Amino acid sequence: MNTLIEWLRPWEPSAPVFIACALAFALYAIGMMRGARPGFWAATSYFLGVGLIYVVTQTHYDYYSQYLFSAHRLQHLILHHLGPFLIALSMPTAVLAAAMPATLRGLPQGPMRPLFSGLGVIYRILQQPFIAGFLFVGLIYLWLTPAIHFNAMLSLDLYWFMNWTMAVDGLLFWWLIFERGNHGVTPRLTPGRRILVLALVMPPQIALGAYITFSRQDLFDIYDVCGRAFPISPMLDQQIGGLITWIPASMMSVVAAIIVLAFRLEKTHASQSRS
Amino acid sequence: MQASLGLKSGFALALVLLLAGCGGSGYQTKGIEGLLPELQFDLTAETGERITEEDFYGAPTVMFFGFTHCPDVCPTAMARIAAAIEASGAEEADELRVLFVSVDPERDDLPKLARYTDFFSEHVTGATASIPELRELTKHYRVTFGYDEPNEFGDYNVSHPSVMYVFDAAGEPRALFRPSDSIAAMAADLRRITRG
Repeated sequence: MNTLIEWLRPWEPSAPVFIACALAFALYAIGMMRGARPGFWAATSYFLGVGLIYVVTQTHYDYYSQYLFSAHRLQHLILHHLGPFLIALSMPTAVLAAAMPATLRGLPQGPMRPLFSGLGVIYRILQQPFIAGFLFVGLIYLWLTPAIHFNAMLSLDLYWFMNWTMAVDGLLFWWLIFERGNHGVTPRLTPGRRILVLALVMPPQIALGAYITFSRQDLFDIYDVCGRAFPISPMLDQQIGGLITWIPASMMSVVAAIIVLAFRLEKTHASQSRS
Repeated sequence: MQASLGLKSGFALALVLLLAGCGGSGYQTKGIEGLLPELQFDLTAETGERITEEDFYGAPTVMFFGFTHCPDVCPTAMARIAAAIEASGAEEADELRVLFVSVDPERDDLPKLARYTDFFSEHVTGATASIPELRELTKHYRVTFGYDEPNEFGDYNVSHPSVMYVFDAAGEPRALFRPSDSIAAMAADLRRITRG
């Protein structure tokens, strides 16, 4: 029992992360109680995505993320890939909107319209396929630049900044890939363009993962100088981290491409049934 | 399109330089200005007295987490810092203090700590605390430690950080000495920090 409580206790409590996860859970639940019917799989996907992000940041798992390179790579796989992937796959907009009071939903058309218009322009720029892909891969490279990685793991503020950028960018990217339903602010790409973006972000991730896996030098000495969570060979830790950066991260592009194709086939089938 | 690419590359490069350059410039080791919290601790010194950061204000402090049974990292670190202090040649360096914090309080009693630190330099002061207090202190400075399983003689190894933190006379974090840093680089930064 004590062990479970110890595991559930955050290693580095972060109010913004806790509030964001609690709000994400609560709003979706309220939306469902107010009549939104996302379906079992969509709701499961959403809660699992938010839950995974919470677990890797606000439980004892975070301790391992800070003192083991391989655990850190798994944390970022969830923050940047799996968690946002599952959230975006569930397309929660309608459920979250149902949870919002009418006054909040009307804000973009009210007196704050210029502010929302400006944010919309920035959002659409960030969601241009080339920029979105560049940011998606660029952030992985940025935070894995050894000197930057050293600083990010040393400074608590930079550590949270790094994790936030990964989660937010993951949401932006996967949202662009899985966007469907009613037209919103997000640019709607054709299935072909979505698959092209997914294909383009794969090789740089494979190259980086392979470079880390096969490197013969200890690239991330922060884990050596600050102590590891438990005794493990630095090179083995680095190799496992490299493999996580390489294989599951790029495999998610393949899974996403299959899902995009499935959505396309489903749409074709539905329109044929109607005609 | 070319202008857009140029802008993006320029922005990316500026971001990389900014993030990589955090911690202050001009250090020959690793600058940590603004990256880590200021000097703060509450420990039991090798003399048995309670000591806090306030006892160390007025002169730069080097802090290191280790244990006296350490076969390699700790003796090397202590020998290196003693050599760097001597090589710094700064008159003010005489006041510089090295705080050796034992993360193995079960085996490192106070007399043993005193004998250990005296061996290396008069600048070194040994101190320790209970394991939960040490956990909090190491967490504060973004490092960790752990214990291996004891062998048949009851001996065990302790995994611990290999860095030395350097704080200035006001307790502000200034530099991080890694095992890969040369004595000359450490001495140069000690000189810089002791002179303000």
